[in-house]
Amino acid sequence: MNDLLSVLGHAIDPFCGPIGVFTLFAGNGLLSCGDTGWGDEIASGVFVTASLAIVTLPVGLLLGFLVALGKRSEDAYARMAANIYTTIFRGLPELLTLFIVYYGLQILIQAILSAVGFDGRIEINAFFAGMIALSVVFSAYCSEVLLSAFQAIPRGQYEAGAALGIRPAKTMFLVVIPQLIRIALPGLGNLWMSLLKDTALVSVVGLNDILRETGVAAKSTKEAFLFYGIACLLFLILAIISSVFFSRIEIWARRSEAAR
Amino acid sequence: MSHIDTLVPPQPAPPAAAKPITGSRIAGMVFLLLWILLLGGMVLMMFNNWDWEKFTKYGPRYISGLQVTLGLVAASIVGGAILSFPLAFARMSKNRILSGIAYVYVYLFRGTPLLAQVFLIYYGLGSFRPQLEAAGLWWFFKDAWNCAFFSFALNTAAYQAEILRGAIESVPRGQREAAASLGINTRISFWKIIMPQALIVALRPYGNEIILMVKASAIVAIVTVYDLMGETKYAFSRTFDYQTYLWAAIFYLVIVEILRNLWNVLEARLTRHLKR
Repeated sequence: MNDLLSVLGHAIDPFCGPIGVFTLFAGNGLLSCGDTGWGDEIASGVFVTASLAIVTLPVGLLLGFLVALGKRSEDAYARMAANIYTTIFRGLPELLTLFIVYYGLQILIQAILSAVGFDGRIEINAFFAGMIALSVVFSAYCSEVLLSAFQAIPRGQYEAGAALGIRPAKTMFLVVIPQLIRIALPGLGNLWMSLLKDTALVSVVGLNDILRETGVAAKSTKEAFLFYGIACLLFLILAIISSVFFSRIEIWARRSEAAR
Repeated sequence: MSHIDTLVPPQPAPPAAAKPITGSRIAGMVFLLLWILLLGGMVLMMFNNWDWEKFTKYGPRYISGLQVTLGLVAASIVGGAILSFPLAFARMSKNRILSGIAYVYVYLFRGTPLLAQVFLIYYGLGSFRPQLEAAGLWWFFKDAWNCAFFSFALNTAAYQAEILRGAIESVPRGQREAAASLGINTRISFWKIIMPQALIVALRPYGNEIILMVKASAIVAIVTVYDLMGETKYAFSRTFDYQTYLWAAIFYLVIVEILRNLWNVLEARLTRHLKR
C-alpha cells in the first residue's frame, strides 16, 4: 500500500517525476534530480514552503476569529486583551516575531522542564516555531479583516436568529459565518499571499524551504543569480496557483448571489 | 374638588443592575491577566538582568542601527515614489504593451518575497561582476546597503504604483470632463484637480506602505546591513541575552505606533473639509 502510494506520488511529482519540469528540461545540468543536480533538493523545499503555509492557515484563521470576537465583545477587558494582541503583532517585524518565538519558546520550555527536574538542551523545531510565529502574525491581520466583515453584517441578522429561537452560538455558525466568509474572502486572499511570502523568512532559522535550498545551491555552485531567480519563480508560481484557487473559492462563495 | 398638595419627593436613582458574569467577561479577564503576567514577566526579566556594561556597550549601537533603519526606509520610500509615477501611468495607459509591461513588473514584485528579491540582487548580481565592472556600476552593487536600498525601492515602487493607480482611478470621470469643458488643459487639470483628490484617497494606503516598509526593513540584517535588527543580532550573538530582542521589539513598536498616530492626525487634518 505504501509502495503504491509512493509510486503514485512519484508519477505525479511536478518536479522530479517522469513528467516533472526538472526531469524534462534540466537534463544532466545543475537542476537535474539526483546526486549531481539540485532539482530534488529544490523540489523538497517547495513542499516544505507549501506545507508550512497550509498548516499555518487554519491555526491563524482560528486564532484570528477568536481575536475578532474579543475585539467586538461587549466586555471591556476582552476588547483590551484583543487590542493589545493586534497592536503588538502588527507592529513587530515578522522576522523579529520569528526570532522572539524561536528563542522565547526555547527559554520557556527549558524553564518549565528545569522546574520539573529535567536538565538538557532543548532545540525546538524550526517548522514548529515558524508555524507559531506566522500564525500569530496572520491572526493579528486576520482579526482586522474579520472585524470589518463583522461590521458589514446587519444587526437584524442576529435579531432574526433570536426571533426564530435559534441559540446565539448556532446563529453564529448557521447565519453569520456563511455571510462573513463571503465578505472577508478578498481580504483573506491577500493575507494568504502575504503569508506565502512570509514563509521565506523561516529559512533564516534553518528551515529547509525554497529559499534555503536554493541558497545552499547558490553558495556551492556560485550560480547565485540562477538559483535565486528560480526561488523567485517558484514563489511566483505558488502565488499564481493560489490566486486561481482563490478566484474559484470566491465564485463558490458567491454562488447564491449569482441568481439575482 | 380634590387637588394634590404634596409632590412625590425626589427618589434616589434605582441601583445599577449588577453586571452579569458572562463567559466573555471571564475570558477577557483571563486573557488580560495572561498579558499582564507575560509583559510583567518580561519587564521583570529586563529589570533583574539589567547590566550597565551591556547598556553602555550596545546602547549606542542600537541608536546607530535605528538611524540606519530610518534612513534606509526613507530613501527607499522616496526612490519608490519617484519610480511609481511612470509605472502607474504605464499601467493606466491605453497602449497594450506598455500596460502589460507595467502589469508584469507589479505582479513580479508583489508575488515574490522581498527577502528573495534582496538575495537575488545582493548575491545574484555578484555573478555579473565583470559586466557590472565594465559598465561602471560595481561600486554601487558591492555595498549591502545599496543593494538593500535598490531592491526595496523596486519593491515599494510596485506597491506604490498600485496605490497611485487606484487613487487616480477613484477620482470620478466627471472631474476630468468638467475641467476639459472649462478649457483647462490636461496637465493643469491633472495636477490641480485630479491629484489633490487622489492623494487624499491614497493617504491611508501610503501610511500603511511606510509601516510595512519599516517592518520589512528588518530583513536587511540577513545581508549584513547593521540596521536595528542587525545590531540586535550582533548583540545577541555576543551576549546570548534574550533581552536584546525585546529591546528591538520595543523600538519597532514605538516607531510603528508613532507613524500610525501621526497618520491618524494627518488624515484628520487633511480631510477636515470633507467632514459633514
